[in-house]
Amino acid sequence: MKTVLKTFAAALLLGVAAMGVAKADPVKIGVAAEPYPPFASPDASGKWVGWEIDFIDAVCAEEKLECVITPVGWDGIIPALTTKKIDVIAASMSITDERKKTIDFSDKYYNTPTAIIGPKDQKFGATPDDLKGKIIGVQVSTVHAVYAKKHFGATAAEIKEYQTQDEANQDLAAGRVDAVQADSIALGEFLKSDQGKGCCDLKGMVAPDLEVLGPGVGAGIRKEDTELKDKINAGIKAIRANGKYEEISKKYFDFDIYGEDSQSN
Amino acid sequence: MAGEATVINVAARTSLWLQPHRIVLILIALALVLGAAFFMRWDWLPQYYEMGLLGIWRSLWILAVTCFLGFLLAVPLGLAQAAGPFWFSAPAKAFCTVIRGTPLLIQLWLLYYGLGSLFPQYPWIRESWMWPYLRQAWPYGVLALTLSFAGYEGEVMRGAFAGVPKGQLEAARAFGMSRWKIFRRIWLPQAIYRALPTLTGETVLQLKSTPLVATISVIDIFAVSSKVRQDTYLTYEPLLLLALIYMAITGILVFAFSRIEARIPNKIG
Repeated sequence: MKTVLKTFAAALLLGVAAMGVAKADPVKIGVAAEPYPPFASPDASGKWVGWEIDFIDAVCAEEKLECVITPVGWDGIIPALTTKKIDVIAASMSITDERKKTIDFSDKYYNTPTAIIGPKDQKFGATPDDLKGKIIGVQVSTVHAVYAKKHFGATAAEIKEYQTQDEANQDLAAGRVDAVQADSIALGEFLKSDQGKGCCDLKGMVAPDLEVLGPGVGAGIRKEDTELKDKINAGIKAIRANGKYEEISKKYFDFDIYGEDSQSN
Repeated sequence: MAGEATVINVAARTSLWLQPHRIVLILIALALVLGAAFFMRWDWLPQYYEMGLLGIWRSLWILAVTCFLGFLLAVPLGLAQAAGPFWFSAPAKAFCTVIRGTPLLIQLWLLYYGLGSLFPQYPWIRESWMWPYLRQAWPYGVLALTLSFAGYEGEVMRGAFAGVPKGQLEAARAFGMSRWKIFRRIWLPQAIYRALPTLTGETVLQLKSTPLVATISVIDIFAVSSKVRQDTYLTYEPLLLLALIYMAITGILVFAFSRIEARIPNKIG
């Protein structure tokens, strides 16, 4: 009995000691729970992999932050940030004025053009005239949904909003929508898949609209966490400068996904 | 009982109804509503109310149509199980077992993402008059919800048909009624009377199954509240309002069914 008590007490002490040793809480990096290859998706073992995961890991390593990946449903990711379930959003979230009312963003870390895809057997482009009378599928609450409504809303038959990009793509393959608008890289990945190869191809890139599409994708951070924001910005600058950013990008893409260098917000 | 109630005048009835515990409950509810109105954000309401009304309308017609069609299906399903020969009762029983044994969400997705994505492979379907309907989402939602309601209610109707006393049917036969007349005048009405209390519950459950259609891109009231949530990044306000809307609809349904039940003579069998 005595030894049992002793071990118990020792274990308790050890536990307390361990808690004391542990530094500040790790930074919880929120990624969208819905797979978004090649940026972020779980592999067969459930580990999150992709460009964005490598990128944020590199930033964390650069700034000596202890980071853990935390998947959160896309539709609740901003509330999850404001209620401190996560500390950073790294989920290919475009920087917009509307979102800036609620949260703050780091500098952009990539910016890719927006594309329209459609069925192979139909020929059309990516202008409002081309999409006249068509049903366009977009993911709900994305810049693409806003863009589609603003530029195609008047001519298209309907702008159909889906909870995930996967569902929009699936309905394009099933013929329930005539076109899908989304980020060119995400759509490129779908077109490379078996289902995408069979049904659809690229119709074109939409005309730019800085006001809606914004400067690009940034990391979402709580407004009061200025220290964390500075660290992430410094980390992005550092890996851009030392070639780490390029090294990671080459693993996934055959072109520069950073886009124009002009804006820094 | 009913006779006494009509004698009491309106004022007396009101004072009877306004008992202390009810007054306290009303005050608490009032405080909650006022608190929610003043301490939460509702500035999004003007922008979304039109979409919300349309969403409520969609939820309601989906509920009404699926309950009606489901009930029409449930009568033969119940009858086949209660009195049919083996080759009628076995498929009916199998149908009810499968529908009740699998989640509605799976049935819905099997129909929409499974069956629905097979159609476009056939050019003759794509060119037929049905295609504009088949490519939309609501027919799949209505079909899945109808089958589900029929599955549950079919089981209830089986019990209700079986519960009508044999003596009544024998008496009707002794009067020389035909089988169809017995069914129409004696068997079916009494079975429905027996099933009514359960029917109220099933209808309320059906109401709360309708939000599942939002997962196949039908914009019902639940989908509208999700959209508000995603656009404004508010969590509680749209969800609380949504809960209130469902509660109000449930209240109206329960009230309507209780009025129907009250009209039924309480001595049957």
